[in-house]
Amino acid sequence: MSNGPVLDVDHVSVAFAGREVLDDVSFQVQASEFTGLIGSNGVGKTTLLRSVLGLQRIDRGEIRVNGAPLSRHARVLGYVPQKVSLDPDVPVRARDFVALGLDAHRFGFSRRTKDERQLVEQMLMDVDAERFADTRVGSLSGGEQQRILIAHALISQPSLLLLDEPLANLDPKSVEEVVSLLHRVAKDHGVAVLLSAHEMNSLLPVMDRIVYLTNGRAASGTTDEVVRSDVLSTLYGHHVDVLKLHGRVFVVAQPSESDVEIPEHSTLTIE
Amino acid sequence: MATFLFEPGFFSSGPVHVALVIGAVSAVVTGVVGVFTVLRGQSFAGHALTDVATTGGSASFFYGLTPLLGFLGAGVLGAGAMDLVGVQRLRGRDIATGVVLGVATGVAALYLYLDTTKSATTGAAQQVLFGSIFTLDSSTIPVVAVLSVVTLALIASIYRPLLLSSLSADLAAARGISVRAVGLLFMLALAISVGLSSIAIGSILSTALLIGPAATSLRLTRSLRRAFAFAAVIGVAATWLGVLFAYDSYYWFPSSQGLPVSFFIVLLVFLAYVASGLHPIPRALKRARLDGHAAAAQRVR
Amino acid sequence: MFSGFMVNAWEIGTIVAVVGGVVGFFVVLRGAAFPAHAIPNGAFAGAAGANLLGVNPLIGLGVFSLGAALGIGRLTRRGRADAVTALALVMMLALGAAFLSQSTEYEPEIFSLLFGEILGVSRGQIVPVAVLGAVCVLFVGVLYRRLLLTSLAPEIAAAQGLRPELVDTAFLVVIACATTMTVPVVGALLIFTLMIGPPAAARCFTDRAEIAFALSVAFALVTVWVALACSYVSDWPVGFYVSVFSAAWFAAGRGYLAWRRHTSAPSRPWGSSPDV
Repeated sequence: MSNGPVLDVDHVSVAFAGREVLDDVSFQVQASEFTGLIGSNGVGKTTLLRSVLGLQRIDRGEIRVNGAPLSRHARVLGYVPQKVSLDPDVPVRARDFVALGLDAHRFGFSRRTKDERQLVEQMLMDVDAERFADTRVGSLSGGEQQRILIAHALISQPSLLLLDEPLANLDPKSVEEVVSLLHRVAKDHGVAVLLSAHEMNSLLPVMDRIVYLTNGRAASGTTDEVVRSDVLSTLYGHHVDVLKLHGRVFVVAQPSESDVEIPEHSTLTIE
Repeated sequence: MATFLFEPGFFSSGPVHVALVIGAVSAVVTGVVGVFTVLRGQSFAGHALTDVATTGGSASFFYGLTPLLGFLGAGVLGAGAMDLVGVQRLRGRDIATGVVLGVATGVAALYLYLDTTKSATTGAAQQVLFGSIFTLDSSTIPVVAVLSVVTLALIASIYRPLLLSSLSADLAAARGISVRAVGLLFMLALAISVGLSSIAIGSILSTALLIGPAATSLRLTRSLRRAFAFAAVIGVAATWLGVLFAYDSYYWFPSSQGLPVSFFIVLLVFLAYVASGLHPIPRALKRARLDGHAAAAQRVR
Repeated sequence: MFSGFMVNAWEIGTIVAVVGGVVGFFVVLRGAAFPAHAIPNGAFAGAAGANLLGVNPLIGLGVFSLGAALGIGRLTRRGRADAVTALALVMMLALGAAFLSQSTEYEPEIFSLLFGEILGVSRGQIVPVAVLGAVCVLFVGVLYRRLLLTSLAPEIAAAQGLRPELVDTAFLVVIACATTMTVPVVGALLIFTLMIGPPAAARCFTDRAEIAFALSVAFALVTVWVALACSYVSDWPVGFYVSVFSAAWFAAGRGYLAWRRHTSAPSRPWGSSPDV
């Protein structure tokens, strides 16, 4: 593996029905780094992740993984989609589902080796899922399924793990748990993480780098480099303020002009 | 020109008149029910009920009952059974439909076997499977008309709850709608319309007119009202043109054997569906409108 | 019961049951009951067409079932799967009706294609059926894990480069293959019911895919054997017994689930580890 970035998104544009969803987006993810992809709903986070996975055709630019253009069959990426509804009628245990992350591409019935079974066991332990490892994966709760999906994505030892809005619809305590679990597991396995979210505060303690996405354009760097009034104002195309309060960050649009869109996560909540 | 299109006797033929009327009535009713069937993803159930109704038909041959009773009775029983076995999930529902369909076909096999051993007339199977619109008796018209009105009235009376529970069962339940009861009532309407159309126009046409015009119209328009209208129009147009072609086809070949009317109607319905997937004009229009929106948004910024 | 024409029936029945159990396992998991019904039923049109042209009906069946599988797979990408399946089915049936209208002797043909004549199987039919059956089983075996993951989470499978839409079409081709071999000998009804009832029951009894897979085949075998015996004794059609016993398996599976839900913790209906 080269020493360059794990993921290099190079001047990428994607248009749907004549509308630019991603407009000249560039950023890099370095090995073993935790990167947050932050932006309101509908700014193109899922499109960006799907482009990286090769599931979305890009109109301009290039995406390189480990320095090479992504081919469809490169199994160097792990992916946890935003919403998965696993059919509870399918007789597959959580343990078997994690194992499928290892060998779903393999033809035939071949029995899993002892090493592989140990790897599955270790992975289940890493995500604290031994307790429900022998339950049908479809009948697990949302949070339990998410752990299994993470284990499934990580077991093939990818160099980059992509997660689409894993923190949406979780209560604050669960958000904290998932974030620390991801941080720990990614560090243990030496995997870079690119995680999309519409809110950055819960990620501040673990995030090495931020990609801030709005209006189809992106700014990236460390949190201190990006979450600043001048950088974000350029990105939004109008003035925004960045407030720091009790270790939390708030992006506030000036409601001076009537046609200015206020970003969804900017509501100031005093706790 | 006119004699080229309409072979001699088309307008004076009694069976043709009956076929045109019953065909149109069936097309309108199944078209309307079909829009909901396609929306709810119940095409399989809609098709399976024709086979279930057919079982009733073969049973009524055996017991010497009037086929209409067999068709409708079996259809309603089958719909009830599917609902009883049916589970909430889409895949589970298909399996439940499959189980009921399997049993119904198995019983049909038994009755057809008993029919042939009992009376030695094997015409029963043929008539049950491929009922023909041209062999209808004009006395069937009032029965078909009354049952069609009943079906449409049933759909109209549950229209709004049915619509909401088709779009989101959770939302409907939150509004206090009994999703289960609405679903069962819809299955009842589906069973009646399918039983009716499979005796009137045959089981193949019943499925074709239930699914084809509805699926086509749902691809052409996003407005539900217009979808009902389109489905009815497409269904009636396909039926009438099909009857015309089938009638004319007796004159096409020297053997004078003609092609079955169901073949022409299904072909027209199928072509309409395939063509609706191409529809380059509406998409171009849509893009133009989107570009307009984008331009407007740019100006504001 | 175990001599003469019945020997052929036992052998064919056993082959068909294994294929039905294997293919049916994924028919049920993927919710593909409708295509599994549509392909065998529509394929009869091919036999009718072949009859008209004077070629081997097996060729007509093969062409039509394969065409149906590829057509459904292709059209599904741009429309609602169930509506597309229904339309493909009626189009084939209508073609069949057109073919039949042009030929003179058709009545017994329809009956045997829909309901089969397993008791009239000849020695010579066993080998081609066994070969095509082996191809089906081999295909499912080779694609086993892909089929499993794409049934559960197609998007994740796509992210791993597994092409779920390709797996879908490949599976429809497996159904078509199973259809071509079984419809002329046992009829569309029998193979369809075998692919639904026993596999749907099998997955109720276990949480492990491999065991459910094996149970599915075992249930299908028992169904066919008992149905053959009953048919031999009573003279009623085999298809009738197979469909009734298949439904009975399904009822047993659902009953077992309901009983387990009743006895174990209500919060997790399919929970399998009481030691939590």
